[in-house]
Amino acid sequence: MSSPQPLRDRALDNLQFIRSAMERAGSFTAVPGWGMVVVGCTALAATWLGLRQARAADWLAVWLGEAVLAVVVGGAALVQKARAANDPLLSGPARRFGLSFLPPLLVGALLTIALYRAQLFALMPGAWLLLYGTAVATAGAFSVRVVPLMGACFMVLGAAALFTPFRGWPWFMAAGFGGLNIVFGLVIARRYGG
Amino acid sequence: MAKSNTARLTRADAERAVKTKPQPAPAELDRLIHERVRLAIVSALAVRESLTFNELKALLKASDGNLSVHARKLEDAEYITCVKSFEARVPKTEYRLTALGRRALERYLDHMEALIRATRAR
Repeated sequence: MSSPQPLRDRALDNLQFIRSAMERAGSFTAVPGWGMVVVGCTALAATWLGLRQARAADWLAVWLGEAVLAVVVGGAALVQKARAANDPLLSGPARRFGLSFLPPLLVGALLTIALYRAQLFALMPGAWLLLYGTAVATAGAFSVRVVPLMGACFMVLGAAALFTPFRGWPWFMAAGFGGLNIVFGLVIARRYGG
Repeated sequence: MAKSNTARLTRADAERAVKTKPQPAPAELDRLIHERVRLAIVSALAVRESLTFNELKALLKASDGNLSVHARKLEDAEYITCVKSFEARVPKTEYRLTALGRRALERYLDHMEALIRATRAR
């Protein structure tokens, strides 16, 4: 007959095995729909503010401020949704989501510095939309089905922005970071609990 | 696109079976899902609406034959359902957890927790 300690160890091992299988199969559902709606609204405000800037460098400052605001609002909303759903942020799906989401954003930050130094402001909206779309599409593989679709929409918009004359690109920023965030944010909030 | 579904068991059938099928007594260990591959299949399907054969194969790092054998045992016990179809002329096998299978996993979890509590008390 088995002694109690190995029996307990085996039971714990089985529970750990079940948890691990669930984590590997599960998807990251704490994408914050309402947070995205707020970020979309602030992006529309940033577009309006950006249009009123005379110098391209000031326009860039407006959008960098918007990026910081989006990280704060989106991050806080994500943490709140994950906590409400008792969804651990360091679990398998969440970790894979984060690891897929961050690299394109880091590339975007580096490209922004390079484009600023070359004074190529007109290329920034296309590059930002494309890289944000790439981040969303790749991370979306570990989330609900609508997330990769949203990433693809950003990428299409980014590709179009890259080949659009200089005057057109503020509207791509409004349509992407404003419109797409609001539309997909509402879809996610309604279908996936906030 | 040609599409044909041949479900071996519908979800409604499985849910009816929960009420009629005899289940192990609480003290008994459900040997059917105690086996690691079958436990992993049931656990993975508990957090996903459905998984295809290829998704399960990648998740479990199992061979085709091994996964087929274990999935068939779970199907026979009516713990999972299997729907075969064609997607762009490529065969697709999709598995779902039945209510009976979910109940079996819950009982298994309860059993493990009871074991831990009992051994802690000694």
